[in-house]
Amino acid sequence: MDTTVANTGTEGKTWGGGNEPLKSSYGKMMMWFFIVSDALTFSGFLAAYGFSRFKFIDSWPIADEVFTHIPFFHGNYPMIYVAFMTFVLIMSSVTMVLAVDAGHHMKKNKVIWYMFLTIIGGLIFVGSQAWEWGTFIKGDYGAVQTKGGNILQLVDNEGHRVAVRDIALDAHGERVQHERKNGLWFVDEAVLPSYTVDEVYNGLVANPNVLVRTQTINEEGHKTVLSREESLKQLKNNGKLVVEGANLHVNEYGTSLFADFFFFITGFHGFHVFSGVVINIIIFFNVILGTYERRGSYEMVEKVGLYWHFVDLVWVFVFTFFYLV
Amino acid sequence: MADAHKLEILRGLIKFKSNTQKIWGVLILLSIITAVEVVLGIYKPEALMAKVVGMKLLNWIFIILTIVKAYYITWDFMHMRDEVKALRRMVVWTAIFLICYLIFILLQEGGYIESVYTNGFVKKDF
Repeated sequence: MDTTVANTGTEGKTWGGGNEPLKSSYGKMMMWFFIVSDALTFSGFLAAYGFSRFKFIDSWPIADEVFTHIPFFHGNYPMIYVAFMTFVLIMSSVTMVLAVDAGHHMKKNKVIWYMFLTIIGGLIFVGSQAWEWGTFIKGDYGAVQTKGGNILQLVDNEGHRVAVRDIALDAHGERVQHERKNGLWFVDEAVLPSYTVDEVYNGLVANPNVLVRTQTINEEGHKTVLSREESLKQLKNNGKLVVEGANLHVNEYGTSLFADFFFFITGFHGFHVFSGVVINIIIFFNVILGTYERRGSYEMVEKVGLYWHFVDLVWVFVFTFFYLV
Repeated sequence: MADAHKLEILRGLIKFKSNTQKIWGVLILLSIITAVEVVLGIYKPEALMAKVVGMKLLNWIFIILTIVKAYYITWDFMHMRDEVKALRRMVVWTAIFLICYLIFILLQEGGYIESVYTNGFVKKDF
């Protein structure tokens, strides 16, 4: 198979670039080396996630309780949407490998068609990822953060989650957000949460069937639910801040490290998918323009294919370690 | 090279007539594995909650199934099956060795810090 580089006049010489050590062209081998290094980068991130998780093994959030939404549907559907995303990415890997196969047989129209489907699959995946992020950032039930940075959530007698906004009662002690124009001009304050801890406490007092759930995991693998007296005491003495949703500082689902790793690792992967889609689009237009037809080889499709499959490969691991394990 | 694909998977248990057919076969295999993972993840059978070598049996199953999936993606979608042995070893063993080393160090250390938090009179919940 021809190499895609222009002739250098050193073909046939061992290090001239013309011959193919390991029967693989220069471009393909370099793509493999890049993939190895990128795989090590991702392993570094995932191993760091494992490190933090082992460190807080008895209080890590349970993924099934965090990712429970599907677009356009209400209710509790853990894992379904992320399984759909996984399937979309595997499917787009399949169309990619079909494009490579069609390229081997020099069937230009088939390559165009399969590349197109691959790009669509990639876009659906990136869009789903964005939606997943949005849902995670918005949060759903809200929680109270303690002075020690732990999370207290609310549940009813049967263990179903109770939203902070449903029970919070006015505490008549509201403070407004400090702004530069009505206070110290050189001091800023972030937007205040919609509810204060006092309001949540009043709500807890008024609803005798509501209990506090801590982030500690008990022997059965569930989060510990406190008794009624303990609940009141814990919220009164330790509650500091009402948290809704997740960001890099706070996380209503549990330790904020979970949110940090989630944003960082899925974000880095999403960025890979995005750049993969961009590269795929470039190659797609090259195929349409007949560049590879003239070159007599569709090896370029094979090389971006390698990258695209690698993105899929990484997702398989992210899926396991964030959503399953 | 175009026709040099090896068309067997599962050590020759399943043989395909063409490369295209093999691709669809591998897709079906990967879909089945993902479906098994999702079903296990939703129902979490009580029998698989036993601890094996420091982790729940269910988690070991997830990790093994993931590695199986990774194998088929690399071997059949990325055509590792058709590359020469030296390239295959260069890529795969380098990555596997370094990743295992890293995972061992970090998880060992994480477990140690956890034990200090639990037994070492360090207060983190106040």
